[in-house]
Amino acid sequence: MRPNADRLILMYRNMVLIRKFEERSAGFYREGKIGGFLHLYIGEEAVGVGAIAALAPQDYIVTHYRDHGHAIARGLDPKALMAELLGRSTGVAGGKGGSMHLVDVSKGFWGGYGIVGGHIALATGLALASQYQDENRVTLCIFGDGSTNIGYFHESLNLASLWKLPVLYLCENNLYGMGTAVERASAVASMAEKACAYNIPAVRIDGMDTLKVFDATQRAIEHVRSGNGPYFIEAMCYRFPGHSMGDPERYRVKDEVDRYKQRDPIVAFGKQLEGDGVVDEADLERIEREVAQEMDAVASFADASPAPAPESMYDFIYAQSGTH
Amino acid sequence: MMEMTYRDAIREALREEMTRDERVMIMGEEVGVWGGSYAVTQGLMKEFGEKRVKDTPIAEGIIVGAGIGAAMGGLRPVCELMTINFGLLAADMLINHAAKLHYMFAGQIKVPLVVRSVGGGGRQLAATHSQSLEVLFAYVPGMKVVMPSTPYDAKGMLKAAIRDDNPVLFIEHSLLYPIKGDVPEGDYTVPLGVSDIKREGADVTIVAYSRMVHVALEAADRLATEGISAEVIDLRTLRPLDIQPLIESFKKTNHAIIVEEDWRTYGIGAEIACQVYEQAFDYLDAPIVRCAGLEVPMPYAKNLEALAIPGVGDVVRAAKELVG
Repeated sequence: MRPNADRLILMYRNMVLIRKFEERSAGFYREGKIGGFLHLYIGEEAVGVGAIAALAPQDYIVTHYRDHGHAIARGLDPKALMAELLGRSTGVAGGKGGSMHLVDVSKGFWGGYGIVGGHIALATGLALASQYQDENRVTLCIFGDGSTNIGYFHESLNLASLWKLPVLYLCENNLYGMGTAVERASAVASMAEKACAYNIPAVRIDGMDTLKVFDATQRAIEHVRSGNGPYFIEAMCYRFPGHSMGDPERYRVKDEVDRYKQRDPIVAFGKQLEGDGVVDEADLERIEREVAQEMDAVASFADASPAPAPESMYDFIYAQSGTH
Repeated sequence: MMEMTYRDAIREALREEMTRDERVMIMGEEVGVWGGSYAVTQGLMKEFGEKRVKDTPIAEGIIVGAGIGAAMGGLRPVCELMTINFGLLAADMLINHAAKLHYMFAGQIKVPLVVRSVGGGGRQLAATHSQSLEVLFAYVPGMKVVMPSTPYDAKGMLKAAIRDDNPVLFIEHSLLYPIKGDVPEGDYTVPLGVSDIKREGADVTIVAYSRMVHVALEAADRLATEGISAEVIDLRTLRPLDIQPLIESFKKTNHAIIVEEDWRTYGIGAEIACQVYEQAFDYLDAPIVRCAGLEVPMPYAKNLEALAIPGVGDVVRAAKELVG
C-alpha cells in the first residue's frame, strides 16, 4: 500500500533533513568540533527513509556505523543526534557514544554499531526475544555489502532461518566496503544470493528509488510479521562522499561518482511527487527552506551544549541490579 | 543442608531460576537433547521444553551474540560455551559488545546475560582445550567474571548472576563437577564481588580461586601438620575484585602465596600481588610468591600436564620456604 500524501511529504522531508544534517556535520568535522570517524549517508537516503517508513512503531532497528540517516528516518531528535556527534552531554548517549553509536531505545532504535557485522548477531538475538515473548515485532537489521563476508553474517542468517526469527536483513550495497569494490572482496556478485544459501527469500532492488525500497520493505515486513521467518533485501545504492571524512578516494573515478549523482535520490523522489501531483515546485522549495532553518537551530543547540561533566566518567559501566 | 555435587548444584540453580522467572532460558551446543557435554543441563529440555532450552549450531559468535540481543530484548539468557577455549570465538561479542553497550549507550541498554563455560586443564586435552583464559575477560571493565570453587558458591553465585543486570562470565572447572559439598535447601544467593575466607590461619595467606582453592586447602591441611597455620582466601569473583579480605589477612600474616592455574606472566596473581604492594606494603615480610601454571601450551602427556599445573606439593614447598 502506497503511503498517503502526508507521509510521502514527510518521507521527502526526512531525506532533505538527512542531507542537510550530513552537510552540517561535515562542516563541524572540518572545524574540528566532531572527532573520531565521520561516515556520511549522503546519496543513500532513499534506502533508509524508504525502508524505515515501512516499519510499525513497535518494530526495532539495529544498524551499522553509518547510522545518522537511519536515526533521522526513525524520528530521533536531530538536536540530540548532532549533540552526540559533538560529544556533548545533551547527546542521545550523553557524549559516550559518538557518531557511530546513535541510540534511542524509546523509539525502538537499538543503536549503531562500529564492529562490522557484530550487530547482525545482536539483531538476530533481539528477534529471538520478540519471538520468545510472542510480540508482534519485526527487527530491521541494516548492514553494508562488506559485512556479508564476515562470519557473524553467516552464523546469524543460519540461526534466523533455522529458528524462523522475525528479522528483516537489509543490505545496503553501495558497491564498496571502505575502498574495496564488491567484486574484489566477495566471491558472489549479488549479496542476495548469499541469503539463498540459508533458505531465506531475498530480493535485489534499486536502492536509489525511495518508493521501490518502501514497497519491497513493506512486502518483506508482511512476510516476516506473519511468522514465516527472516527475509533479505539487497538495496543497490551509492554513497556520494568518501567512506569517511578524509577518504582519499583512490578506488573510484570521478566519472562514476558523477554518473550516480545524476540519479540523486532526493531529486528523483521530488520529481516523482511533483509528477504525481502530491507537491508542486513551491512546496519542495518551502521544505528545503524549512529544513535549512531547522538545521540552523540544530547546529546552534548542539554547539551551545555543554561537554559531559568529568564526574560522569564512571556512570553506566555497570547497570545497577535490582530491577529483576 | 544436603550434600550435592558441584554439577548438580549448578543444575539446581538453573532449574530454580527457570521455575522462578519465565524469561530465563538456556542456549548452547548440546545443552538440550545431549544434556550438556558435562551433563550440567541434563533433563532440563525435557522439563522446560525446546522453547526454553535451545540446542544451537556450533557457532560461538551467534550463541553469545543472540544471547546479548535476547538479553537486550527482555530475556535473561544463560548461554553455554562448551569450553572457554571456544569462547575465544565469542570474545568479540563479550568484549566489544556485552561489556560495552550499557556504557556506550549511556544506560539505555542493559545486557542481563550469563555465559557459562568451563576453564582449566587436567584432563589430558592438550594445548587448545586446557587453557585458563579468565584474565582476558576479567581485564575488561563492564564484564563480571565469576569462578566459584564449591557447590554452595556455584549454586548461590549462578543464581545471583542470572538475577544480575550485567553480563556475567561464569567459568566452571571440569575437575570440580564431581566434588561434593553442603548446599542449603531452597532459595539463596551468594553475592558477586565478595571474596571468602575458606580457612582461617595466622602464618601465611594463600589466595586462590576455582579448583586451585582445593589445592590451597589441601596444602593448608598438610602445613598444619608441620606447625604452619595457613589462611585460605577464595576470590570467587575476578571482576569486580574484592581485595579487602585479602589485605586484612595479609596484614595479619605478613606473607602471601597466590595459587593460580593460569600463566604467571600478566596473570591474575600479578594483579593481586600489585594490589597488595600498593595497599599493604608496610606489612610485607617477604616477597609475594606465585604458584602458577607453567608458561607452555598445555602438553598432552599425563606427566607433563601434571607438572604444568600447580599442585599441593608446590604450594606446601612455597609456604615452607616463605615462613619455615
